[in-house]
Amino acid sequence: MAEKTVEHLDTVTIRFAGDSGDGMQLTGNRFTSVSALVGNDVATLPDFPAEIRAPAGSLPGVSGFQLHFADHDILTPGDEPDVLVAMNPAALKANLDELPKGATIIVNSDAFTKPNLKKARYDSDPRHDGSLEGYRVYEVPVTELTIGALEDVDLSKKAKERAKNMFALGLMSWMFSRPLDPTIEWIESKFAGAPEVASANITALKAGYNFGETTEIFSHRYEVEPAQDLPPGTYRQITGNQAISYGLVAASERSGLPLFLGGYPITPASDVLHELARHKNFGVRTFQAEDEISGVGAALGASFAGQLGATVTSGPGVALKTETIGLAVAVELPLLVLNVQRGGPSTGLPTKTEQADLLQAMFGRNGEAPVPVIAASTPGDCFDAAVEGARLALKYRTPVFVLSDGYLANGAEPWRIPDVEDLPDLTDLPDFVAPPEDGEAFEPFARDPETLARPWAVPGTPGREHRVGGLEKADRTGNISYDPENHHHMTQMRQAKVDRIADDIPPLAVGEDSDADADVLVAGWGSTAGPIKAAVRRVRARGHKVARVHFHHLNPMPANTGELLGRYRRVLVPEMNNGQLSFLLRARYLVDAVGYNRISGLPFGSGELADAIVEQIQALEQDAAPTR
Amino acid sequence: MSDVQTLTRKDFSSDQEVRWCPGCGDYAILNTVQGVMPDLGLPREDIVFVSGIGCAARFPYYMETYGFHGIHGRAPAIATGIAAARPELKVFVATGDGDALSIGGNHLIHAMRRNTDLTILMFNNQIYGLTKGQYSPTSELGKITKSTPHGSLEVPFNPVSVALGAEASFVARSIDNERQHLADMIKRAAEHRGAAFVEIYQNCNIFNDGAFDAVRKNVPNQIRLEHGEPVRFGEHGQHGVVMAGGSELEVVDVEGAEPAEGETLGAQRRLVPPDQLLVHDAHRDDAGLAFALSRLAHTPTGPTPIGLFRQVERPEYGEQMQAQLDDARLRKGSGDLQGLLTGSDTWTVGADASSNGHGGNGQA
Repeated sequence: MAEKTVEHLDTVTIRFAGDSGDGMQLTGNRFTSVSALVGNDVATLPDFPAEIRAPAGSLPGVSGFQLHFADHDILTPGDEPDVLVAMNPAALKANLDELPKGATIIVNSDAFTKPNLKKARYDSDPRHDGSLEGYRVYEVPVTELTIGALEDVDLSKKAKERAKNMFALGLMSWMFSRPLDPTIEWIESKFAGAPEVASANITALKAGYNFGETTEIFSHRYEVEPAQDLPPGTYRQITGNQAISYGLVAASERSGLPLFLGGYPITPASDVLHELARHKNFGVRTFQAEDEISGVGAALGASFAGQLGATVTSGPGVALKTETIGLAVAVELPLLVLNVQRGGPSTGLPTKTEQADLLQAMFGRNGEAPVPVIAASTPGDCFDAAVEGARLALKYRTPVFVLSDGYLANGAEPWRIPDVEDLPDLTDLPDFVAPPEDGEAFEPFARDPETLARPWAVPGTPGREHRVGGLEKADRTGNISYDPENHHHMTQMRQAKVDRIADDIPPLAVGEDSDADADVLVAGWGSTAGPIKAAVRRVRARGHKVARVHFHHLNPMPANTGELLGRYRRVLVPEMNNGQLSFLLRARYLVDAVGYNRISGLPFGSGELADAIVEQIQALEQDAAPTR
Repeated sequence: MSDVQTLTRKDFSSDQEVRWCPGCGDYAILNTVQGVMPDLGLPREDIVFVSGIGCAARFPYYMETYGFHGIHGRAPAIATGIAAARPELKVFVATGDGDALSIGGNHLIHAMRRNTDLTILMFNNQIYGLTKGQYSPTSELGKITKSTPHGSLEVPFNPVSVALGAEASFVARSIDNERQHLADMIKRAAEHRGAAFVEIYQNCNIFNDGAFDAVRKNVPNQIRLEHGEPVRFGEHGQHGVVMAGGSELEVVDVEGAEPAEGETLGAQRRLVPPDQLLVHDAHRDDAGLAFALSRLAHTPTGPTPIGLFRQVERPEYGEQMQAQLDDARLRKGSGDLQGLLTGSDTWTVGADASSNGHGGNGQA
């Protein structure tokens, strides 16, 4: 056996694709974990259908997982894959359009049967009709090799076949020089109760690896060195949904308030409910309610009772919770509303990403009902966004929106693990009202002069019995009041309370990757942070000047926002919606913001964004050119 | 803490002006509830009244306890959060037929199924009062109202049947003007651990006056259920209820009993010896008997059972939730935040550190 050549690469994007039941998400996740463990920077994009198991072999049933790993810091899951692993014809067909010529394709040749080709709507076998010309195609009989490797194992043929994703993972692990041990340990712990299944999966994994090593098909293997330019620290891999969950637990621990999460199953937010349900030893109460309304109602009830009330959902769920969020505005109690946005309107695209709920968070209530809005920009940033949301909710006694999206929720990245001692100390924020000294009167709607927050008196406190509710309250006493002047005053107080947060958040600052003398400012929010940064990097590499700013607080915006935006001749706002941040910037700051808007259910590619930025730069240059 | 021993009705009356229509049945209910409160032996600060929207929903404002006036139909949801977060609190829900059974029907049935420790007082007046007189989910078929000028087309709910079907562990019915009976039912409901549902016939003298006169004014029509006692009613106990085969019950006349003035026993109904009368068992595991009793009267036009239909012991939701937390702490120890954040698979980036692999004291 000839020694195989090892080629060094600085960045690789792989897409695993197969049937929804083929275990591609798991394969991708394992490959990601191991890549992170060997020190690469990673970014992932799981892309799967809403159907749990669409008919096997059909195009709607294709589930994909894209992983970008590199020896330097990366910002996106990669625009185009370098390698496609296609477990059947449908997976090949669904992904081929996005594959650049020259890319590597590994197909499970066992799956290229006539019925499967037909299900994928292929008239002829793409392996032999020229469709794959220009690609490096490797045909591997994955199914047969997997079953062969498991010959002596006492499992049904079907169960053996199920291990073929481990074979594929083993093969890719060989090809990209990833160790198997972490995955073996993982399998052992995952199938601790079913040793035969564990052993079969491990055998298939090793078989895939050894196949790469011994077969003559592959002449090369590749190495990607650890990334050295990440900030120093201890890292782990994290998804946005994990990070939001940990952020809530951290906020609970740092404020000393037990966490109460009211939720209802909804894609792509359910994993937060699942994750938090596992951490009961932190005193976390998770309540799976009968519906979205009850989920937020119970959370608000828990807040009234003196806990950290939170509810997690996606856009359609927010629509249902709207009335209760308005009630939280009226009763002025802390409440966290976490919206993991997905494609809309209505049911829309449950498993795809979008950022079209910003204006819903801003304005989606009856009456004047201002609510602070925070948006996470990366999977790891979901942690900080949740902690910051809790800080504002507790300090200002208000509901707070924290926006994530499907891309952040399921995407993974390396996360520098924070030191708990460095997290914000929220201990002083609950500040429950103590029992009265000697018959002093209690005014449940008096306000703190600094924050304008009202006092939080929790049941069980003698002498502080009081009533709250959705009817307008008289200033200070909290009695029901229909007085015109009082209503005007209370409306302005609620608004002023939220507006004051602008002075309690960091000022807006352009990224370090900004040119001081740029004419064009790219302004973004939410999960477009990675693609925008990557696009700015490309634009500057092409010799253009550009600046970049990213909003974390959408309501209120930092106090210097208008001044900063006014420094640039053009403000470009890329959004996965029809211009919701643009709308806000134009309305508030009279900035003639230009949008770049694409609503496809997928994150932006950095290439398309770079082109959009350059177009704006060139348009300004033409304007400035002397007329002939 | 207020001295529980010396609390009186007045201590539970808030300084808010009561704003129900003069003559409304809600006044009697409020007075009764305030009167029962001292008997519960609980400090005021441990009591929370939660409501939704409607006339009944103003209730919390008039109670000198903690109170939350919520939004339409959602009181059970808010109350569930309070009771699950703080199982040591006593949480009441004051609601009406529209609030509880129409817009909030889903929350009501699930709160009862879960057996959260809630005392749910449902004031049934068979009408929407606050919105000025539309038919409600308990209005009788054919009801003429502003929104049904040609008569309602909808079969009403029987609230006791709904509660029994929804697995409530305590189900009772009373009447606004039967002060003693009402007080007794409310007290027993409040002392029950779990979801307790009390339907209270409440007269709306403005929009549905006299809806319950057949039992409210005609006391002999009240079939007062007493656990362990034969089910008898009438001026002299001359009527009763027997099992009629299958799951059906039959109203009968009792042999040897004294008839009411001008009444001939056995003329309209079967005459049955007293030892064949049904003996009420409120604590039976099977809800069938209680359900059958609830079906004796739908919208009350004749003999109607009131009192305790059913009371069974079932684990309470908030306590069980707390037990799961305690158990997790016992097994895993109190949460270690740094350990949680670190997890089990870590690697280090930095000048002096190149160790990759498994680290941390993870909580997998």
